Amino acid sequence: MISYICRAILIGVPMLYGATGEIITEKSGHLNLGIPGIMYVGAISGVTGAFLYENACGNVLENMNPFLSVLIPFLCSVIGSALMGLIYSFFTVTLRANQNVTGLALTTFGIGLGNFFGASLIKLVDSDLPSVALTKTSNFFCTKLPFADDLGWFGELFLSFDFLTYLSIIIAIIASVILSKTRVGLNLRAVGENPATADAAGINVTKYKYLATCIGSAIAGLGGLQYVMAYANGSWSNDAFGDRGWMAIALVIFALWKPHMAILGAFLFGALCNANVYAQGLGVETQELFKMLPYVVTIIVLVFTSMRKKREHQPPAHLGLSYFREER
Amino acid sequence: MEKKAAIELKNITKTFGKVVANKNVSLTAYRGEILSILGENGSGKTTLMNMISGIYFPDEGQIFVDGKEAVVTSPKDAYNYKIGMIHQHFKLVDVFTAAENIVLGINDGKYNLKQSTKKIREICDKFGFDLDPEKKIYTMSVSEKQTVEIVKVLYRGADILILDEPTAVLTPQEIKKLFDVLRRMREDGKSIIIITHKLNEVMELSDRVAVLRKGEYVGSVTTAQTNENELTEMMVGKKISLNINRSEPKNPTDRLIVKGLECVNRSGVKVLSDVSFTARGGEILGIAGIAGSGQRELLEAIAGLQKVNSGEITYLNPKTNSIENLRDKTPKQIRDLGVRLSFVPEDRLGMGLVANMDITDNMMLRSYRKGKSMFLHRKAPKTLAEKIVDELGVVTPSVSTPVRQLSGGNIQKVLVGREIAASPKVLMVAYPVRGLDINSSYTIFNLLNEQKEKGVAVVFVGEDLDALIELCDRIMVIGSGRITGIVDGRTATKEELGILMTKSRYESEGDKNE
Amino acid sequence: MSKTKTVHKREPLFHLVKRDDMKWWQAWLVRIAAIVVALLLVGFISMLLTKESFFTIYETMYRGVFGKLETGSTVMLWKYLQKTAILLGLSLAVTPAFKMKFWNCGAEGQALVGGLASMICMIELGDVLPYPALILVILLSSVVAGAIWGVIPAIFKAQYNTNETLFTLMMNYVATQIVKYYLYIEGGGSNKINPVAEGNLPMIGDNKYALNVIIILVITILMYIYLNYSKHGYEITVVGESQNTARYVGINVKKVIIRTMIVSGALCGLVGMLLVAGTDHSIDTNTVGGQGFTAIMVSWLGQFNPFIMVLMSALVIFLNLGSAKVADNCGLNSSFADIAVGIVILFVVGCEFFIRYSIKFHHTKKEARV
Repeated sequence: MISYICRAILIGVPMLYGATGEIITEKSGHLNLGIPGIMYVGAISGVTGAFLYENACGNVLENMNPFLSVLIPFLCSVIGSALMGLIYSFFTVTLRANQNVTGLALTTFGIGLGNFFGASLIKLVDSDLPSVALTKTSNFFCTKLPFADDLGWFGELFLSFDFLTYLSIIIAIIASVILSKTRVGLNLRAVGENPATADAAGINVTKYKYLATCIGSAIAGLGGLQYVMAYANGSWSNDAFGDRGWMAIALVIFALWKPHMAILGAFLFGALCNANVYAQGLGVETQELFKMLPYVVTIIVLVFTSMRKKREHQPPAHLGLSYFREER
Repeated sequence: MEKKAAIELKNITKTFGKVVANKNVSLTAYRGEILSILGENGSGKTTLMNMISGIYFPDEGQIFVDGKEAVVTSPKDAYNYKIGMIHQHFKLVDVFTAAENIVLGINDGKYNLKQSTKKIREICDKFGFDLDPEKKIYTMSVSEKQTVEIVKVLYRGADILILDEPTAVLTPQEIKKLFDVLRRMREDGKSIIIITHKLNEVMELSDRVAVLRKGEYVGSVTTAQTNENELTEMMVGKKISLNINRSEPKNPTDRLIVKGLECVNRSGVKVLSDVSFTARGGEILGIAGIAGSGQRELLEAIAGLQKVNSGEITYLNPKTNSIENLRDKTPKQIRDLGVRLSFVPEDRLGMGLVANMDITDNMMLRSYRKGKSMFLHRKAPKTLAEKIVDELGVVTPSVSTPVRQLSGGNIQKVLVGREIAASPKVLMVAYPVRGLDINSSYTIFNLLNEQKEKGVAVVFVGEDLDALIELCDRIMVIGSGRITGIVDGRTATKEELGILMTKSRYESEGDKNE
Repeated sequence: MSKTKTVHKREPLFHLVKRDDMKWWQAWLVRIAAIVVALLLVGFISMLLTKESFFTIYETMYRGVFGKLETGSTVMLWKYLQKTAILLGLSLAVTPAFKMKFWNCGAEGQALVGGLASMICMIELGDVLPYPALILVILLSSVVAGAIWGVIPAIFKAQYNTNETLFTLMMNYVATQIVKYYLYIEGGGSNKINPVAEGNLPMIGDNKYALNVIIILVITILMYIYLNYSKHGYEITVVGESQNTARYVGINVKKVIIRTMIVSGALCGLVGMLLVAGTDHSIDTNTVGGQGFTAIMVSWLGQFNPFIMVLMSALVIFLNLGSAKVADNCGLNSSFADIAVGIVILFVVGCEFFIRYSIKFHHTKKEARV
């Protein structure tokens, strides 16, 4: 049971990263459908960074500095996905291109980029398996907290995770606090709700949109990194990341645009995806139906909130629309 | 007590393209007084005030605040000069609380909503506002939203407040409350400018009145030394002859009868109450009134676009002599009844026409359903489009030019031409000459006259009183959603209409109680 | 009050103005220029990656698509046409919805359930019904399945204004999971369905792609007529341009939304049938292969004009196959094709900016705000 929950959490974390990033972006009024691609890029940037560092150390564990071997992939991942966010915001904010089309094109581009570099790395290592294994880096990422093994179920449930898992929860909570309790959050929400009002109040709408998109993308990218380093134990294979990016977008709706709700939602989604363990008696085919649940639940939430029309639970009012000051 | 000038305008001129919105306007507002800016629609009141609050920048002239020249290029600059404006269209974020809206965009060190809320409460207590800072905007009434806007401006330390038509959306009780608050602010030494065209409010509230007419400054008077008649004359000016031909109505027959109509708009505010009138064939019925007094809702209710709460709308079919009930019918149902009703709405490109479609396709909007075929027949509309372009002198490269590329006058000709081509029995037009040059305006007036001579019942909602008086056979005046009078177009004077128009609900409610 | 504020604020160097005066041919010149620049960029990147010369790359691309023509084999070409046809079909399907400003991002799922319906009919009814009846049932069931998948979000959009972008997106994955479920049931442990012999669409000669291509071409023409010459198409345009106008002239907006999404979903279902009964004779979760998403972009790039969409889908598939060939020849991964397609689409979407806005540089000091 405990291991089931742990597994669910581990599956949920990339979605949580993606959802937190996407919430921040959507709060600025931009529906970034490029998130699935951006998460691929986040993953592959981190993998490339780790790969280069491992090689630079001659693939010898003793040569590797634990701190650097975590920091390098982390920074690479953040920079890579933030750059993708920059592309998205340049097109949708400055050029005012259609957000859906730009996002989808970025997803095509990002997944292509991920798989392309992934394949190049796989070719470089020349292994029999179609994957790159970065077990050493992964081990640094997955260093457990002290006492994790000594405290039984408590240790396993609360202390046994990789640092990116803890970080995802911390980021989600921080994002939640920033959005609801700070001036920056207030301004950001105003930009997404009513950019003309925000503009009139002296808020730099363009700056907020750019920053929200880039920071959101960087956070989402970490989801890709966590998937490779923690969930997949440091092995990258093409297309393995799958639909998790779309699941993250679903999670945004499920969480009603609140990062702290996304934490619970992520673990619930993780649990639903992991139903094959839980529902062993049901057979594989029914398990596949279980995996449909996150999406079905999301649809129900979406329909329900639009029926109840409770304003706090609606998407940001200006979501998907571009802002042009002189168009009044 | 010697009055100190708070803000002084000197020779302000502002043009938009060829239109002169303000010409050489000079006026002064003093500390501790309430100044009314009075003028008809389009007299340039709002434009003038927008220049003080940083929305527009004047082409010529100077603004002085406390005797020093001020350059106001943005609303933020205006706040630095302690100027705050409350616009007619509120700039609020709906899902935020009042307090969140009030502090939005201010950078004053630590963000502390609790502290801000306290400060907001202090402001409310000081001036007697009734406001819950934690209430969300979307749950608020219009009056509460206005309060938020005023407090927002005060919170930013403004001591020159400009309010654009603050009473237009308020109930009598709310107006009274607002006036009390404004008086208290005056006592506090603030300078208050309110834009209005309601004479009774001017008389009741303000210390001085500055009158604008067609963008020009007419003069200022002290309220105590003037009366409504003098102000009306200053506001509407002398009669200008337009020389519109007006024929005598030939045996007018009742066509459209409205009885006791009551409507509520989307935000739940009553916009029409107890409206009753008859439109006759062979006659032009003018509807005069301050913008936003319920004219749009009235026409839309007749056209089947606005929900009716109570009352009757009936149409007497001249062909069959049958009586049709139009209430609670969709536009399509109305047409299917054989009612020949044409409607030129106020919003030409947003409602009457499709901006991105060409002239031919816009001609089809009303008629495309004709026939059983699944497919469109563009031949008739194309001929019609060519005919309208030709007869009304629409300037366009071709009939396949998107209408958005035409000028305002040409757009209107296309729209009116289409509506008339349906050979209506009732023709409703809303502000058909707004923004049009003289020649286009005459084209439209002539078209309306032609229709009248054909026996059509024409309903004309206008804002230019001169035009109404010269064109219409009867003029109905609407004020705050009520009919305040129906006068004969041949004998009516601008003053008479002006007074009827400015009779607000405030007064008519009072009349009832007496 | 600070005195420094009385100084004129520095005006921005330029500001943007919405423009309306661009002629259609100028607009197309901008778009073509964007495509050319994007293609050059793709070529340049390939050059860096492969160290081949610029021209070799384009030649390889060309060969990837039209190659082997010299040797008399037209397999490559037909594959190209087939892929283009499928992408075009899906693009056409989403176009009526887009024209109505309904963001149907669910072409993927709608096509997949259409394909699934075909598959089920082929397996379950393959040896029960006579061939013509079977084909008819397959056609009907996939069209209906696609329409249902499309109309569900539409009903909620019409009734409650539920966000259709997110709704249709989610429906894609529900469809994927249902297909996965079916694969387990039908394919047993192998999780795969072997090609089914019954209920295959007829072949023209011995070419298994020709019928698909012809059907899609017919649909292209029909869609052009539907959008531009039918009353439905007219209503779609009016609703998309202004719901206010639609109400003013008495169009039932809800009805149009629902009806249009039935059309859109049904067409997607039909394409799904072409994929399953016409091409693969089997199904898996990758049958539509993301073309449903690419179709959204193609429809947008095609400016809702079916004939331009023909060119756009031809371009996208050309890039796809061509850069895959470049990648193959030079030992790169085939994902290079996705990168190339992504770049070109971004360029074309981005260039709309220069069509819709013009940049005015400030020479004279006049107003800070207009």
